[in-house]
Formats: sequence, C-alpha cells, structure tokens
Amino acid sequence: MQSNPSFTSGIWQDSIDVRDFIQKNYTPYEGDAHFLSGPTVASQKLWNLVCELMKEERRKGVLDAETKTPAGILAHGPAWLDKSLEMVVGFQTDRPLKRSIMPQGGSRVVEQALESYGYKLDPETKAVYTRYRKTHNQGVFDAYTRDMRAVRSSGIITGLPDAYGRGRIIGDYRRVALYGVDRLIEFKKYDLRSLEDVAMTEEVIRTREETSEQLAALNELKAMAKLYGFDISQPARNGREAVQWLYFAYLAAVKEQDGAAMSLGRVSTFLDVFIERDLREGILGEREAQELIDHLVMKLRMVRFLRTPDYNELFSGEPTWVTESIGGMGEDGRTLVTRTSFRFLQTLRNLGPAPEPNLTVLWSESLPKAFKDFCALISVDTSAIQYENDDVMRPYYGDDYGIACCVSAMRIGKQMQFFGARANLAKGLLYAINGGRDEKSGEQIGPKTQPLNSEYLDYDEVMQRYDTLLDWLARTYIGALNVIHYMHDRYNYERLEMALHDREILRTMACGIAGLSVVADSLSAIKYARVKPIRNREGLVVDYEVTGEFPEYGNNDDRVDRIAVDVVCRFMDKLRQQRTYRHAVPTQSVLTITSNVVYGKKTGNTPDGRKAGMPFAPGANPMHGRDTQGAISALASVAKLPYQQSLDGISYTFSITPQALGHEESETRGNLVDLLDAYTEAGGHHINVNVLNRETLLEAMEHPEKFPQLTIRVSGYAVNFIKLTREQQLDVIHRTFHGRVRA
Amino acid sequence: MDESSRHQKSAAVLDEGLDSSLVGHVHSFESMGAVDGPGLRFVVFLQGCPLRCQYCHNPDCREPTGGRLLSVSQVIEEISHHRRFLKHGGVTISGGEPLLQARFTAALLAACHGLKLHTALDTSGFGTLERAHPILDHADLVLLDIKNFDPQRYHDVTNVDLETTLRFAEELRLRNKPFWLRYVLVPNLTDNREAIEALSRYLLAFPNLERIDILPFHKLGESKWESLGYPYKLKETESPDAALICEVMRIFAKTGRPVYS
Repeated sequence: MQSNPSFTSGIWQDSIDVRDFIQKNYTPYEGDAHFLSGPTVASQKLWNLVCELMKEERRKGVLDAETKTPAGILAHGPAWLDKSLEMVVGFQTDRPLKRSIMPQGGSRVVEQALESYGYKLDPETKAVYTRYRKTHNQGVFDAYTRDMRAVRSSGIITGLPDAYGRGRIIGDYRRVALYGVDRLIEFKKYDLRSLEDVAMTEEVIRTREETSEQLAALNELKAMAKLYGFDISQPARNGREAVQWLYFAYLAAVKEQDGAAMSLGRVSTFLDVFIERDLREGILGEREAQELIDHLVMKLRMVRFLRTPDYNELFSGEPTWVTESIGGMGEDGRTLVTRTSFRFLQTLRNLGPAPEPNLTVLWSESLPKAFKDFCALISVDTSAIQYENDDVMRPYYGDDYGIACCVSAMRIGKQMQFFGARANLAKGLLYAINGGRDEKSGEQIGPKTQPLNSEYLDYDEVMQRYDTLLDWLARTYIGALNVIHYMHDRYNYERLEMALHDREILRTMACGIAGLSVVADSLSAIKYARVKPIRNREGLVVDYEVTGEFPEYGNNDDRVDRIAVDVVCRFMDKLRQQRTYRHAVPTQSVLTITSNVVYGKKTGNTPDGRKAGMPFAPGANPMHGRDTQGAISALASVAKLPYQQSLDGISYTFSITPQALGHEESETRGNLVDLLDAYTEAGGHHINVNVLNRETLLEAMEHPEKFPQLTIRVSGYAVNFIKLTREQQLDVIHRTFHGRVRA
Repeated sequence: MDESSRHQKSAAVLDEGLDSSLVGHVHSFESMGAVDGPGLRFVVFLQGCPLRCQYCHNPDCREPTGGRLLSVSQVIEEISHHRRFLKHGGVTISGGEPLLQARFTAALLAACHGLKLHTALDTSGFGTLERAHPILDHADLVLLDIKNFDPQRYHDVTNVDLETTLRFAEELRLRNKPFWLRYVLVPNLTDNREAIEALSRYLLAFPNLERIDILPFHKLGESKWESLGYPYKLKETESPDAALICEVMRIFAKTGRPVYS
C-alpha cells in the first residue's frame, strides 16, 4: 500500500485481511517488562480530570444525560477533556461521561432510565418512538408467544435482550486504521454490486439493505472524524494515527449502539506493528508509546450507557465489557505477545486498576515465561485480569479471534453471535419435580406432567422428567431468541459494527445456563443420599429433607462432576436440535455474570439443601463453602466441563488471599503461573483471578470513599467493588475465599 | 492397569513392608497448599498429635483415631487426580503429627515418589528416630517446626519435651536432609528473644537448613477449640504486630538463610 511502504506486503493489500497483515509484520516479544514506562505528566493530569468527573458521577448517579436527540454517529458534536493534553480524542456525546439515549431499542426503557436519574424524555422524541417509529422492544412483544412471556416472567429464562441492545458483536476496528474508510467503502460497494443480477430472494434483499446501511454508517464515521479535525479516509500513517483511527471506529460503534457488551477485540498486537515501526524510525520513544496506550485506555474507561436501575441490579457497576484480548499463540507457533501487550497491562499500573477495559489474557502454556510472570504480578497487584485458554480456543477460532463480553470467543470480523442470556436449569429441575408448575407461584408454566408422588425422589425417574422438561425449555428458549434477533436486526441493526465484518459471516445462537452447581449437587443428593420432597397443602413440592451424605461438585469427585458434565451435554444436545434464525449455530455458555444473585432470588428451595432465595454460585463455580478440599480440586472439577459442548465459554471465579498464595512475591507469582498452566492443560476455559483480603473488602463496604478504584473480578468481567449493591458485596465476600487456616 | 494400581506396585517394589494397602487415619486434604513447601502442594492432614500446643489451629487433628480411615492407595488415587497441578510443587504430609502414624506416612511418601512427586514432611520432630527413618528416606524436604528453644517454655507451649525434637534435628543434619525451619510467633508466649537468639545460633550449625518461615499467630482456629470443648488459653492474645515480626526476622536473618513471614 502506497502510504505504508515499509510494511511487508501480502494478500492483506488486495483484500481485507488484518490477520495476514499482522502475521507478516508483527514482532513477537519474549523479553520481560523492564522496558515499560510510567505515566507521563500529561497522562497523570488527564487521569486526575477523569477521576474528578467520575467522583461527581458517582455522587449524582449519572453526570449528565441527553434527553432529546437520539444517539447516532453524528448526533453530537465533538468534546474534549483537555484538548492540549489528549493524544487520543473523541467522546460519545458533547460532554465527557454524558449519556446518550438509544430509543430504537425500546423507548420505555429510555424513559424509565432517564426518570430514575431525574431527567425527562423530550415529549417530541417520545412521540417519534411511540407513534411513528417502531422499536425493537415493540417488535419482540408483537411476536412473543404465551409460553415465551410465561418463561420470562417466572424467571426460568432471564436477562433476554428484548428491551436493550444485544451487544457481543465485535467490529474489526483495526480495519479502519489499516485500510482507511474509503477502501472499506469500496469493498462494501463491490459487495452490493455483486448482488445485482441475482434472484431477489428474501436473503438477497436483506443483504442489500444491510450493506447499504453499512455504507451509510461508514460515511458517517468519516464525517465524525472530521468533526475532530481528522481525515480517516486513508490508512493510518503512524502509531498515533493507528490508535486514533481505531478508536474513532470503536467510538462510532458506541455512539450508535448500547449493546450489553461492546468489546474492542484484539488490537494490541495489531497496534504494535505501527508503534514498533515508529520506535524503529525514531518517531516515538517508549514514553510516548505508553502514553498513547494510556490515553486510549482512559477513553475506553469512559464509555457510558444509560441503563435502568433494574439492569444495574442485575449486572452492577455499569459494565460495558470493553473486552480487549491480549497475547495468545499464533498458529505457526510464534507467540502473539508483543511489547504492546505489556503496555496494555501496564495501564493498570499507570492509571490504577479499573474494571474497564476488560483485559483478557489469552493464556497458553507456550506463552513466553516473562509475559506469564508479568501477568501474574499484575493480577496479584490489581485483580483486574481474566484468563482464557488459548490452547482450547485456537483450534476452533484460529489465532485472530477475540473475546466478546466475558467468555465468548469469535473470529474478528468474520463471526458474530446472537446473544441469548441464560436459562435457569435449577428452576427447571424444580419444574420437573412439580409437573411443570412453578415452585413459588404454583402456576403451570411448563407442559403439564404427572407430579412425582414417591416418598423419596428416585434418580432415574427425576432424570427422565428433567430430560423432557429440558426439551420444552430449549424449544421455548431458542424460539424466544429467534424472535428477539429477528426484531433486533430489523429495528436496531448494528450498522457500523457490521460494516467492519466480512459479508459472509458465521452466526452463533449463544444460549447460556445458570445454576449448574445447584443442579449437579441436587441430582447428586437424589442419587447418593435420600431426598424426601415436602409438599404444601396444594401438593406443590416446596422443600426437601435430605438424609445421608452425597458428593458435592467442586471437590474433583467424578461421581458428581460427571453429573455436571452430563447436564451441560444434555442441554447442549437439545439446543442443537432447534431451528434457529439465520441458520445460526447454537452454542451455550456456563456464565452468570453477577445475575447469580438474582437467579437465586427467583428460585425456591432445591434438593441440595440450598434455601430459597440463596444466590447461586457464579458461572461454573461450585456452591460457596462446598468445595471443601481447596482451590485446585475446585479447578479440576470445573476443567472437566467440556468446552466443545459449551463453546460460548465456561466461567470460573477464583478468589484467594495473598498470604495463601505464597510467602513472598516470586513464590506468589510462580504459584499463580503454575496454577494457570495446569488449569489450561486440564482444559479449563476461563478463570478470573482475585487476590484480595476479606478484610479489605469489608473495609471497602464501610468506607467506599477510600477505595474508588478497588476492582474485583466477577464471572467474566471486572467491577468496581464499591459500585456493587450491598447484597452483591456480601455475596462476593461469602463466596469461597481460598485462604487456608494455618499456623 | 489403571493408574492407582500401577502406583501401588511401584510403591511396593520400592519398600518392602511399606504396603499401599496400609491404612491411616486421615483428617482431610487441602488441594492447594501454596505455603507448605515449594510450589503448589497437595497437603494431607493426618490424625493424631502428642503435642498440646496452646495455639494449635488444628485441634481437631489431635485424636489418633479420628478422621477417615483410608488406605495409602486411596490417598494416592486422590493425589493422582491433581497431579498436573503439582509439577513444580508436590505433596506435603502434615497433621496432626505425621510421625505418629509412622508406617502409613512412610508408605504414603514412598508411593508419592512412585508418582515422581516431590515430597515434604511437616513435623514438630516429635517421634522416635527408629520409626522416623523410613519416613526420612522418602521425604525430599522437611518442614521442621521448633515451637521454642527454651526447654521450659517448650514444655509450657506443647506439654512435651524439646529434647526429642532436637534429636530429630540432629538426624536431619546427619542425613544432610534439606529442611525449612518454621517458627510460630505468638506474642507473650514464643517471642522470648533470648531463646530465639539461641535458636538462631543453634541453626548456624546446620548446612542443610534452606530457609526460615515465621508464621505469625492468628486466631482462625479458635472456633474449633470451642466446638471441641477444649479450653483455649490465648483468647486475649493478639496477632504479632509488624514491628515484632521484623525484629524476629532480623534475629533469624543471622543464620544467613532467607527468612519469610
């Protein structure tokens, strides 16, 4: 390419192929962290400004909110924090941290969210989205069946993206930096032209309409950059431009979409190619290189969406899941770790820990040792990194995939998912026992079957009923998702993000399950102990009496771990049998985010002895306090869950006190690296690492003002501990803290 | 042949009489010991302890007959399921006092060697040497906990005599067996400086001493005492403060070995 003469050429020049560009041009880095720089004075000044704004935001709930103009790439003029200091510019609205409104998802949600913070939606805007322009939410409810409404309100399926943006789509933002917008427009126009002399089927019509939408978005992207004084029609010419171009692309996405997770992709090694060349040519020094990344990360920490208090109760801490995937190994055996991989992690030191961007290290046993050590060191200091197993993902997604949200891997620019929240499998078990009636309301939600009448529950009988119930649940669940994503494409299409994808992409229907450990332990109790159902006057089973002992999930005991594996495989099989919208490939995750608390609230007493309302364990974690044999047994149990049956990810959250991880720093670091290596080797998919003292958390509950940046990892993402509800804070503290008592 | 029966064989070949069908009273397992020897370690806590340490955090391990009755091969099978996590670590046998179930401990350590795992013995050194020999043959490392160096204070703390432990230490020197010294620091009980100074001087004569771990007293075991109905004497005792820990670290540093707390 003319403007980038010093890059090694390849097919990336003739077609859109960012991976090829990276492979031909990147410099793997196997050295240690000694080269890194601290924050510049400008970075410190800027970060102080941000902290002040965030403090005010915490006090007010939101700093400011738009009430009239619906969000869009060009909806708001430019804004700066301090124009003279910012190396990377651009905000979502005309003021930093000011929330925009996105009523195309659903106008009531916007109205409620505004009201809860003391704002009022402009009547004219409201009229547009109630009278003249249909929203995604309206579309969904037009098509929902009675069954779908019932499962939604009983809580056996929760968190469906039917009133908010689905998210979990990663635009390949790198394309803008590598090709410039004009080239991307050219390619999309070609796509459009190629669909002229063909039969006008529904599919072709839809592709033509979507491609035209994408073209419009790309033109708006260019215009948006102009507002900040940049012409991004051509490729970036240096590191600073590459960072800026890429950020503009991402910014345009978060200007027009408030998807549940707006992940960044896998940008560090791509950016490193530009930065490395600048360093070589003397255009940049290490301080400036780090400054660029610090400033980019600062911007990513300031992404904001307007959410309802409900939504925040579910997810807490206003996550945006700006997930950046770092490291991993290439298919040719070279590591994809570069100096910029280190620089991204270094931001946790330079700016202090923070939940966003959601820094995700793609871990492989083959990663360079110095990088492993550095990750472990940063984990121990900040608890802000999550790890995902590159060795199990690479065979499925190659070496240019990224994580959307928490644990969802996808090839960048070539794959997207239809996000599907999760089904509460523990509640499903109670339905099976109660002949399809809800254990709390007594209402008939599932198909009516004969309730189990024996004095003690019989394992085979329960499994048979459960299996039938799961058939119905999978059918209803995928049905609802089909409705949602049909309407989302129609009324709330992600123009810009999809403009940064290939024309032909792989779509997955990403289902999820909650309550796995409750189900496994409950079935184990029924199988190995004696479980007597206790019925109320209406004959509804509302409690269980357990006599005898039973193995509990999380102790590396095959008797129960196999039950957990069976449940995962069984439900996945049922999902595979369903017909999906746009021929999406069904997948599932074992991930709850923080909704394990809400799921628990909605679920009655369970046969494992868990009391009604008690939180579930998050993700694939064992129930709190039941993993009595220590962390490694728990990890070994979790690692048995087969990734191929849960391709949307399996999340495990691990918390340990620093004292329990070793006597001194090098020991602690070494032990953490060994732990990650062995978990990876065992096939474990994801792990959050928190290295924290219980006392610190207790103190932060009482004195939040002292811990503005205290970050902890919860099921696939990080949160600001002080932004959690009190209930969630207690849940985190009660959850197994692996810190052994010793003298 | 499945894994466990293979280990059974190798252990049996290694040591006549150390049969993997031997059974022992096992209190519990901790799959993630990160502070009981080098690396990540699977820790086996055995029942039975002749000492009556005032600050004991595992008083539920005292009785020699409690816990689960498990054979060596059963324990080994459990360990083998965690093997990939123990590559740079190994297995630590703790308790209780593992020298009390000497044959079981020796057989277990031998079987761990059969699995090519690094082995450590966490002990107060209170046991007869004759019974300790086969154990030491199969322990790569000893974590020797000397509760005090003043004989009278040692007896006050533990209700047994120091002499046995010193004989054990002597044996470690003769064998040139690598060991880490552990010292539980309890304010107003084991912080007698002269004794610590004396211990530090005594340790100079041990080329096989690799490091010293100071374990600051904590009261996390207190609830166990209550539930067992044992009188707990240290209700009013606090954890040592940083100044005390530093001072004691400095004394132990005179051994020239790394000191951790």
